[in-house]
Amino acid sequence: MSLSERLHPGINLAGTDPESHEAAEEVLFGFWIFLMSDLVLFAVLFATYAAMSVQGIAEGPRPAEVFDLTAAFLETLLLLFSSFAFGFAMLEMKYRENRRGVLGWLLVTGLLGAGFVGMELHDYYVMVTAHGATPQTSGFLSAYYLLTGTHALHVSSGLVWMAVMAVQVVVFGLSPAVKLRLMRLALFWHMLDVVWIGIFTFVYLYGVVS
Amino acid sequence: MSNRAPANLPASDIEDEGHERRSYVIGLVLALVLTTGAFAVVWFDLFSGAAALAALGLLAVVQAVVHLRYFLHIDLQRSHRDDLLLILFTVLILLIMVSGTIWILYDQHMRMMP
Repeated sequence: MSLSERLHPGINLAGTDPESHEAAEEVLFGFWIFLMSDLVLFAVLFATYAAMSVQGIAEGPRPAEVFDLTAAFLETLLLLFSSFAFGFAMLEMKYRENRRGVLGWLLVTGLLGAGFVGMELHDYYVMVTAHGATPQTSGFLSAYYLLTGTHALHVSSGLVWMAVMAVQVVVFGLSPAVKLRLMRLALFWHMLDVVWIGIFTFVYLYGVVS
Repeated sequence: MSNRAPANLPASDIEDEGHERRSYVIGLVLALVLTTGAFAVVWFDLFSGAAALAALGLLAVVQAVVHLRYFLHIDLQRSHRDDLLLILFTVLILLIMVSGTIWILYDQHMRMMP
């Protein structure tokens, strides 16, 4: 089997660091299993939301009355560009082992991610203060806060993880262990962006259309 | 630990950075087009009712595939079969759980109507 043949799905080291590439198979496959089980968690929350947003309005506001599509669009762009920036951090790591480059792109990724979390918290603030849409108001809003809150919590823990990895890159350099951790963080970060596609489509856009 | 590939490795085995960078840029452009398209459907009322929901669902699925392909580098040719099975099996479980939940709860809702 040639080295370029990927041993595991997703982001890889291929020929630039063959030994770490081989070692990556187990840990990255394990991480994929975690990601998929995390996806199952989100799927259950999506299913709950889908039922609640139609049948659980009670006396509260309807989705179209509380959602701000412009904010949702900007949040989508922030997360998309942050995912893209992480891709460039991985390229710096894979082809140049350039610490400064990796740290710089990680910083860009982190700032965009933090902007995303900040905008979402602002959304919550506006919904609660301007529309009185608290989680206790209706089943729809409980499910909404649960779903988007779980996602925001994932993004926030991704930011903490990113800060920890930045420190590790400074202290340990780009050792094989650090590389594998960065690759797992990259998978985690890209996967959160995939989950967000579901949120902006099935929560925000579906909510406003129907 | 060296950053260079061993000298005996054929050139075709070393992935080319430009190629991979292009993959990220293509992914970004496609994602931007699909996202803007989805919001445009709602902003400009391009479709109405069920057609809009179908169009949005389709755009979301296509964008998820774009992210998997260009950002997560999942492709059908070179992955191990085990890994592909993991992802496909998870998708199957998700579909069963989500569609089952929505169906059952909708049915219950209809039966509970006064």
